[in-house]
Amino acid sequence: MENQNVDKSRRRFLTAAATVVGGSGAVAVAVPFVATMTPSAKTKAIGAPVEVDISELQPGERIIQKWRGKPVWILRRTKEMLADIESQNTEVSDPGSDSSAQPNYAQNEFRALNEEYLVVIGICTHLGCSPNYVTKDSESPPASDWKGGFFCPCHGSRFDLAGRVYKGVPAPNNLVVPPYKFLTPTTLLIGEDSEVA
Amino acid sequence: MANDNMIVKNLACLRDWVDDRFPLMSNWNEHLAKYYAPKNFNFWYYFGGFALLVFVIQVITGIWLTMNYKPSAAEAFASVEYIMRDVEWGWFVRYMHSTGASAFFIVIYLHMFRALLYGSYKKPRELLWLTGMALYLLLMGEAFFGYLLPWGQMSYWGAQVIISLFGAVPFVGEALAELIRGDYVVSDVTLNRFFSLHVIAFPFLIAGLIGVHILALHETGSNNPDGVEIKKNKNAEGIPVDGIPFHPYYTVKDIFGAAVFLIFFFAVVFFAPEMHVPGTQGLFLESANFIPADPLKTPEHIAPVWYFTPFYAILRAVPSIAGSAFPGVVAMGLAVSIFLLLPWLDRSPVKSWRYRGINYRIALTLFVICFLMLGWLGLQVATPLYTWMARICSVIYFLFFLTMPFYTKVDKDKPVPDRVTS
Repeated sequence: MENQNVDKSRRRFLTAAATVVGGSGAVAVAVPFVATMTPSAKTKAIGAPVEVDISELQPGERIIQKWRGKPVWILRRTKEMLADIESQNTEVSDPGSDSSAQPNYAQNEFRALNEEYLVVIGICTHLGCSPNYVTKDSESPPASDWKGGFFCPCHGSRFDLAGRVYKGVPAPNNLVVPPYKFLTPTTLLIGEDSEVA
Repeated sequence: MANDNMIVKNLACLRDWVDDRFPLMSNWNEHLAKYYAPKNFNFWYYFGGFALLVFVIQVITGIWLTMNYKPSAAEAFASVEYIMRDVEWGWFVRYMHSTGASAFFIVIYLHMFRALLYGSYKKPRELLWLTGMALYLLLMGEAFFGYLLPWGQMSYWGAQVIISLFGAVPFVGEALAELIRGDYVVSDVTLNRFFSLHVIAFPFLIAGLIGVHILALHETGSNNPDGVEIKKNKNAEGIPVDGIPFHPYYTVKDIFGAAVFLIFFFAVVFFAPEMHVPGTQGLFLESANFIPADPLKTPEHIAPVWYFTPFYAILRAVPSIAGSAFPGVVAMGLAVSIFLLLPWLDRSPVKSWRYRGINYRIALTLFVICFLMLGWLGLQVATPLYTWMARICSVIYFLFFLTMPFYTKVDKDKPVPDRVTS
């Protein structure tokens, strides 16, 4: 073949055009493949609100309810517990819950709609383990002068009875409060609230 | 005998028939019969071959496990118990696979240590080192995906913690974690996709990259305990005078080594598959993993499997800064990936430990001690004392790499001989 007659600029243009078209095709086909890895319609639908009957819940008792696959804790707090929470205001790192996640109605000292009931997602804000409920009279308290609260076995984060994180532990924020509301004084709906978004 | 001659002749004919249609003899010669490896290989040169052997064991046992395993949250745990109790010899295949996972990391860590000892990552073998590192990262992924499959408590919460690491990345973290899980929590969806990645995607990638790694090795030729390039000394036929054909010399040596390795391997498979060393929850199979996954309850003590613990200890050692766990995650990522820079951090002209100066010898010794210490600390519950020990070890770990350009440059290296020593 005669090499002298090769139109190099034309060849370069064709190479560039083919690269651009082929490249954009490759990028375009990546979209559906990535999309299949995001939560499916069925997965999203499972996140429906759940109703919990709390009429049997005793003062100081904590129950665990599964919502969206996560543990949600419901703790019925005594007057003494509420006083203990107030005493920890200087020990916790975000007492006003300013940099933590919760609905507006739970951004208060006790982080609750009704101060008697604490409703939080029981997943540590550090790396996602589920902390244990350790009462004030525990035989092996996770810290000295322990007022009761939650202790994460994975990396040692501590939270008070309002789910507020103590200073100097790995977890960055307070436990997350899910949206919830009281359908009756003893029935709780987790996953939905009456607040207008 | 005439009959034997006929058989040999026919086989040679068949070989030639194939050879006219496929580069059989040329590849055989290039990679085995006429691939000249240094004659002074020692004990440390077994581990590359062992890694290949373990890979084959994992592929074969993995195929057989897949015949009975069910990748769904409802059935996975029970199907593993079914393999262990009801499938004929199922326990044998499964223990080979679980022991193989730990054995893989043992031989890979020793293989990497060999490279540090004899400077095998140095020019001209930088690409060989990078492909090896890529294999190591893929192996970590493969092991992580595989660990979720039995769907025990440790499977579940281990995956939860590791995926949360990605969630700590600023801005895109939560979306990224959701993309990995395919759900808001680790669930059936996550298990199913990890199964796919564990049995298809990653084994393919690893097999392919092993081929690339060996091709890169055969291009530059092997390093050796003296760190002397044997290609600099060739005879009239162009054969390195200090080289011997890989086959039969090293194939025979490696087969002997493999036999010894398999004795140890099967001793673990038969007598200590959980590797329940006192003071641990079981190093190869953790006791919490004999309880089915419970998304509502974290086990009292969770620790990754031993081969991840050095990096896990570094993660825990870094305090969260400005309310973010991200710095710890970055430190852990750097601890793994900083090995990639090794060929360019080392400024010494000398490859082998044998002729290195005191600086590198001290640095490497400290590094190995710290790596082992971190591995041990990562298995323990973090107390303030242990956290501080982990911090000191982490600092030394990083200093080994970051100050390497300086201490290797001024090191008092010894003269390197022209030829390999016996």
